[in-house]
Amino acid sequence: MKASLFITCLSDIFYPEVGKSLVNVLEKLGVSLDFPEGQSCCGQPAYNSGYREDAEKAAKHMIRVFKDSPNVVTPSGSCAAMVRHYYPMMFANDPVWSGKAQELADKTFEFSEFIVKVLKKTDLGAVYPAKVTYHHSCHMKRGIRVEEEPVQLIKSIKGITFVDLPYKEDCCGFGGTFSVKMPEISEQMVDEKIQHVYETEADILVGSDLGCIMNIGGRLRRKGKPVEVLHTAQLLERGLNHGK
Amino acid sequence: MENKSAFKDRVKIAVQDDYLQKSVQNAQERFRTQREMAMNDLGNFQEWRNRAQEIRAHVIENLDSYLEQLSENVEKNGGYVYFAATKEEAVEYVTQLAKKKQAKSVIKSKSMVSEEIHLNQALEKLDVEVVESDLGEYIIQLAKETPSHIIAPAIHKNRKQIAELFSRVAGETLSDDTKTLTAFARRQLREKFLKADIGISGCNFAIAESGSVVLVTNEGNGRLTTTLPKTHVAIMGMERLVPTWEDLDVLLSLLPRSATGQRITSYVTAITGPRKHEDGDGPEEFHLVIVDNGRSSILGTRYQQVLNCIRCGACLNVCPVYRHIGGHAYGGVYSGPIGAVLTPLLEGIEKWKELPYASSLCGACTDVCPVKIPLHDYLIFLRQDVVDAKLTPFSERMAFKGFGFAAERKAIYDFSVAMAHKVLKPFSNESHIEKGPGPLSDWTDVKDFPLPPKDSFRSWWKEEKGGDKIGK
Repeated sequence: MKASLFITCLSDIFYPEVGKSLVNVLEKLGVSLDFPEGQSCCGQPAYNSGYREDAEKAAKHMIRVFKDSPNVVTPSGSCAAMVRHYYPMMFANDPVWSGKAQELADKTFEFSEFIVKVLKKTDLGAVYPAKVTYHHSCHMKRGIRVEEEPVQLIKSIKGITFVDLPYKEDCCGFGGTFSVKMPEISEQMVDEKIQHVYETEADILVGSDLGCIMNIGGRLRRKGKPVEVLHTAQLLERGLNHGK
Repeated sequence: MENKSAFKDRVKIAVQDDYLQKSVQNAQERFRTQREMAMNDLGNFQEWRNRAQEIRAHVIENLDSYLEQLSENVEKNGGYVYFAATKEEAVEYVTQLAKKKQAKSVIKSKSMVSEEIHLNQALEKLDVEVVESDLGEYIIQLAKETPSHIIAPAIHKNRKQIAELFSRVAGETLSDDTKTLTAFARRQLREKFLKADIGISGCNFAIAESGSVVLVTNEGNGRLTTTLPKTHVAIMGMERLVPTWEDLDVLLSLLPRSATGQRITSYVTAITGPRKHEDGDGPEEFHLVIVDNGRSSILGTRYQQVLNCIRCGACLNVCPVYRHIGGHAYGGVYSGPIGAVLTPLLEGIEKWKELPYASSLCGACTDVCPVKIPLHDYLIFLRQDVVDAKLTPFSERMAFKGFGFAAERKAIYDFSVAMAHKVLKPFSNESHIEKGPGPLSDWTDVKDFPLPPKDSFRSWWKEEKGGDKIGK
């Protein structure tokens, strides 16, 4: 199985470790990976802020970059949703680009979704003892309806005690520019979220979107009562390396 | 009236109001939990939604012919129909009627459209006493406030605050137990019902095939408002109709379930014209005021589906932003996600340009909407309108121009990624930034911001995997 990595700007710049975990886990599963170096950002910040033209530039660029890739895998549910949901919508009336946008949409997968749906694996044989809870990011859950896959993978790790996050359907308050445009509201939302995280008494909070991880992790760190925040790929990698 | 600082000020007040937050959160909790139970109970929620959306979309696409059918049937039943293009026209019609009837008092059953056109104030100017008969509306009328929720207008008030309001009217201190409070309201309102000259109601749905108006209430006040006074005026938004009773059945299965989690409300009142000879009760005159007030300007635009809205308030009940700021912060008559979409569409984006940003785009509203309005997509469209109208700050426009430019040019993008660490390093302590410069401070006032590591993923890949060839 061949796949191209779409590492997303947040992962590339702020969380390269997540990208590396993605590589390590997928390679262990026998996936042959490439990283088209021309890739940049999916355009979501511009699109969600109403800058359609600038978002379209980014989108067309990404469509060109991944033209020859058989599959595209990304560590972000939100960016996957951008490609899957909004690219076809953006170019719906464009005879040249609508087909190409749909093509990329059809072959783009979020990391856990790729493992479960495409590789058809739900147990990687990982082992890691920890108490874990999971934050469902909004765009992944509602945008591309990937909800069970990451939880399935986490629960398959031997030694994991999984605790459901109360009000897991609620947004953490990130929302891209929302977090800086509406800081008062965003703060209330993230505080409610971390309260729920504390209630689980989990050691590790796992997520599938680096925006949420940045937001919740940043607030947890500021509060000085940190819970470790990891991407699904990082936890799986730890589990695969455990005892080695 | 509306401007950036006004919205921000309202948000600041709201997030500091513990009472407000507690009340809104409790109510939201109750509604959304009950809704979920009621929907599961219904089964095949998605199919119900599809059917409801089809009905609503069909009505909106054929609005002119259904409005014609409705008005013909209302007149056939002996009622009067008035089409008001603007809020002023609607207000003028009702105030003229009040003058003609020499009305001294009006009793009302809850109507969001009458809030939208500011009808009460106009009637009060004529020295007509206006009393809201919906308990929630009555409470906020006493508090001289506007509704903060489409379904539960006084959702933001707690029992203690209500007891204070009622005590002021009673002239004595009332206990804040539910029994005392509702008994007091009942006593007060009963008297108002009996002496009212005109009853004014809203309209949850109008049925085109029969010319009927349907009201959904839990307190029976709708029935009393529309039956006791000699004149009944129903006010409806021009989109609030369904073709047949069969269609009503579908929407009525979804409305209370979506709103409060009830299978059906305590009272569903259907009114077909004024009293007939054989009727034991009912008004002598029936007027239906159909209000446009900006709605027809939405027809044929990419926002058309917003007219599908059946005002259930489900989007408010799941919205995390509404949860923390309550309804008044939105500043318009309609609050929550639907308000953030509808208010700018009805009253202009220039005046309400902050509202489309009052959302984290989490999509919970779209998911819950019983008639499938793509609310969070509409919020993005509205942001596009704000950008197209050049209403965003110059610096932001330039930043996104730069973003678009860099996103399609590898060399510039690579350079930006490589620079991220260097630029932010001076503000950091090892791994994080606790006090960021410029716009970053909005983030770091509240949260730590990660310092980009020295090596990006792309530089690691180049080094480890030797470029963009297929990896090992």
